[in-house]
Amino acid sequence: MNSIHYHYIVDGEDFARAGEASSSLKSKLKQLGLSPDVIRRCSIAIYEGEINMVIHANGGDIDVDIFPEKIVMVLKDTGPGIPDIDLAMQAGWSTAKEDIHDLGFGAGMGLPNMKKSSDEMNIETEIGVGTTVTMVINVTS
Amino acid sequence: MVVADIIKLLDAKVISQDIDMNHPVKTVCGSDMMSDVLAFVKQDAVLLTGLNNLQVLRTAEMMDIVCIVFVRGKTPSPEMIEMADELNIYLLGTQYTMFDTCGILYEAGLRGGRKVNE
Repeated sequence: MNSIHYHYIVDGEDFARAGEASSSLKSKLKQLGLSPDVIRRCSIAIYEGEINMVIHANGGDIDVDIFPEKIVMVLKDTGPGIPDIDLAMQAGWSTAKEDIHDLGFGAGMGLPNMKKSSDEMNIETEIGVGTTVTMVINVTS
Repeated sequence: MVVADIIKLLDAKVISQDIDMNHPVKTVCGSDMMSDVLAFVKQDAVLLTGLNNLQVLRTAEMMDIVCIVFVRGKTPSPEMIEMADELNIYLLGTQYTMFDTCGILYEAGLRGGRKVNE
């Protein structure tokens, strides 16, 4: 099936630049004329994911495929991995340090919010190897 | 309520150069944690925050926030002001603390939304 594909490289070194991929994707989704609800959910999901990649995993790659009926976002990093996914999915649980709190993140809301914004979310993770988060948002649900 | 009302109520300084005074405002979110903003903000919202970095603007961009009010006299950097202009997000500043800023807007009839799990 034909899709529109976008690839983004997330720089893990510069917190100020975190969100540039999300910003770029949001502009493209607007240009494609997708509904405000779909754009909003995609924006929240990818931005939380992008922030996570910068905070926890020193950056990574984001691949987005836009199909007529769904948007698939794959966020892949080579960070430390998530030891306990169930724990990480609990609202309010975070391993982020105080310096991240000072930047406005690390409240333990990222993964739950990504799941809430998506129609499907899958996390593959291996300690010391990395994490891949796949999120699907249906265009016509 | 519109942006001009917010400015008057909070005795706010207008930081952005170009501002639509008549843009409607329906809800308010007050937080220094951007993940809370990403989880709970509704449409046509004003963000009240004491956080002062570029991620405030990125968060506001993602949530289509109309206007950001920096509380307790915080002043955004020139880079932030420039980015806000590009994103068409209005920046205001008030000397009131977060608590008082929330209270003033609540008293004037604005609300943040429902309880979290409703």
